[in-house]
Amino acid sequence: MRTTRAAAVAAVTMSLALAATACGGGSSTDGGGSNDSPKTLTYWASNQGASIEVDKKVLQPELDKFEKETGIEVKLEVVPWSDLLNRILTATTSGQGPDVLNIGNTWSASLQATGALLPWDKAQFDKIGGKDRFVDSALGSTGAEGKDPAAVPLYSMAYALYYNKKAFADAGIAKPPATWDQLVADGKKLTGDGKWALGVEGSNPSENIHHAVVFAKQHGADFFTADGKPDFTSDKAVAGVKRFVDLMAKDKIVAPGNAEYAQNQSVSDFAKGKTAMLLWQSASANLKSQGMSEDDYGIAPVPVQSGAPGTGTGVNSMVMGINMAVFKNTDNIDGATKFVKFMTSDAEQKILNEAYSSIPPVKGAQADAAFNTPANAVLKDTLAKSAVAAPQVADESQFETAVGTAIKGLFADAAAGRKVTEDSVKAALEKAQQQMPAK
Amino acid sequence: MTTTVPTKAAVRPSSPGTASGPRRRPGRIRRIGLPYLLLLPALLLELLVHLVPMAVGMVMSFKELTQFYIRDWTTAPWNGLDNYTISVDFDAPVGEALLHSFLVTVAFTLLSVALCWGIGTAAAIFMQDTFRGRGLLRALFLVPYALPVYTAVITWVFMFQHDNGLVNHVLHDQLGITDKPTFWLIGDNSFFALLTVSVWKGWPFAFLIVMAGLQNIPKELYEAASLDGAGLWQQIRRITLPSLRPVNQVLVLVLFLWTFNDFNTPYVLFGKTAPEAADLISVHIYQASFVTWNFGTGSAMSVLLLLFLLVVTGVYLVITSRGRRTADV
Repeated sequence: MRTTRAAAVAAVTMSLALAATACGGGSSTDGGGSNDSPKTLTYWASNQGASIEVDKKVLQPELDKFEKETGIEVKLEVVPWSDLLNRILTATTSGQGPDVLNIGNTWSASLQATGALLPWDKAQFDKIGGKDRFVDSALGSTGAEGKDPAAVPLYSMAYALYYNKKAFADAGIAKPPATWDQLVADGKKLTGDGKWALGVEGSNPSENIHHAVVFAKQHGADFFTADGKPDFTSDKAVAGVKRFVDLMAKDKIVAPGNAEYAQNQSVSDFAKGKTAMLLWQSASANLKSQGMSEDDYGIAPVPVQSGAPGTGTGVNSMVMGINMAVFKNTDNIDGATKFVKFMTSDAEQKILNEAYSSIPPVKGAQADAAFNTPANAVLKDTLAKSAVAAPQVADESQFETAVGTAIKGLFADAAAGRKVTEDSVKAALEKAQQQMPAK
Repeated sequence: MTTTVPTKAAVRPSSPGTASGPRRRPGRIRRIGLPYLLLLPALLLELLVHLVPMAVGMVMSFKELTQFYIRDWTTAPWNGLDNYTISVDFDAPVGEALLHSFLVTVAFTLLSVALCWGIGTAAAIFMQDTFRGRGLLRALFLVPYALPVYTAVITWVFMFQHDNGLVNHVLHDQLGITDKPTFWLIGDNSFFALLTVSVWKGWPFAFLIVMAGLQNIPKELYEAASLDGAGLWQQIRRITLPSLRPVNQVLVLVLFLWTFNDFNTPYVLFGKTAPEAADLISVHIYQASFVTWNFGTGSAMSVLLLLFLLVVTGVYLVITSRGRRTADV
């Protein structure tokens, strides 16, 4: 009896273990999906608006329009940013993901490395009107160089300097600063009486990393070598990161409390007039939802070290934005391709980017008058002339966490009144580099 | 319970005219098989929910599992003990960070369990006497335990905020205890913020269990002690605490395991990347696996943590059961 029971238990264990292995193994088919379910699609949209409800209101009418045109029903799920990457990873592991999804464009190369996303070769791009329809800077953030893109650009964004017109006028400042020295000088005039010059999100690693890449570039440094190896501790990279943290540590124009911000509190502070300047990407819709009129603030290019924004050390933003990807094992590859074509059509691009106050990465839509306002002109100009793509390496996601967290620690030091020196910045970056996967 | 079976078995053969021989066998098999049959669903679920994932995790810990293989982890190359050696190489950054996280977790757990137990026990003893409003107070004490973790901890996040938080408002603005507003969610003080929330959340459980344990202590013992002139403290030391010993043994073990593995509190309080001073091992392993995508190393760390907890639990159970055996003798 005992032997029989043991054998039965062993058999059950083995069968369950094998079943789990089969489940956990994901799909090993490397083909481009199938058309087994041609009438439905599932779509994971990233949370772009002020709330998930706002996104549903923006997107659902467009999805209904798509259904009317093609007969394909799109089931929408808006996923909050904090969950999106984990959800994608889970879907990648299980093979049970959506058909179409949004990804942050800085994740393109990392997610491309998983092999879960459909590559967009020439034939695939031709089905949606060709690669030439898209702006080059946006295409630069769709995957590693030399490989077919893992996604298609959907919304483009760039960092700009948002400034409070009244606060500037009260302080006697005639125009927004163009260099960091000017920003610090103006900032000292704007700081006082419980108000501060600039807001940052010190505890948000992703936000930190966007600025760190730009500051490093302005000092002539990249965080990765040409062959994709981490290079976080060069003198120029250290100088770039220190310049950023010094806005709080040395110049004292950022409130120490900003060191613990991670939930866009700096945008609220700006909307409430607590801070006079904000470095943000496409903030207009967010500021409007918080009751700030468009007449109350101006938008200028992010300052540079010297001169005017441009390429090289004149870079003043990362190419920010959202890409649209198709899961390789979709059951409706033709429908998914049609849906991407629909969402990146000139007409839809105009509607969606207007709703999210972003810039269309599609040339035909970008030319529309709606995107020629003075505010949008700054963003368009930045994207065209002085924005740099995020490092397109497979380890980009790890880089965001490691260096972004190191800067979070440096802001915490600055807030606590501890000195932020070249040595302390270098030590933090060195530790971050050691956490990167060995090559 | 144990007496029913032999009684029935003894009665059955004596029944006259019963062909007991051929019918006894299936009845016996049914009797022996029934408990196992009833256990089967639980056993299957246990396998599915715990043992299989644990086995899969152990296999993963021997693989070089990064984003390149996550889509089909079975194809990830084996790398022997590499993930383990990286995790325990305390001179290198990964091992050093893991050791730091481990030590933080040990300190945090010991303090949290001690405080939860102390406060819970004191409150339960205090609530033993009947007085007006006892029911209401008892219900209030249980509120932290009844609240959903996310809701409770996010409220603490608001209270700990540097600029607008209630904690700084009371400590700095109203009582003037601190020179300037303190940072609770970043930097060194984050440890105390985490400890505060953990104790606030954990002590009602200790209170509940100890209160249940107190119900089993005969009142006569206290009456006798009182007649003999024993004061409150002596009664607690000589009667209450020794009587609560079996309850406390389980309570402390459960509190220890829950606190050591607590993921929700630090995750909601600090997000995906905790400050160094409050870098609990559960979040640290999560970060290694899901934020930096080193799933193999994360699995190895999980296995090491499991071994540690098994050893601690085993030693604890041996010590406490030896104590009980000695007491029985």
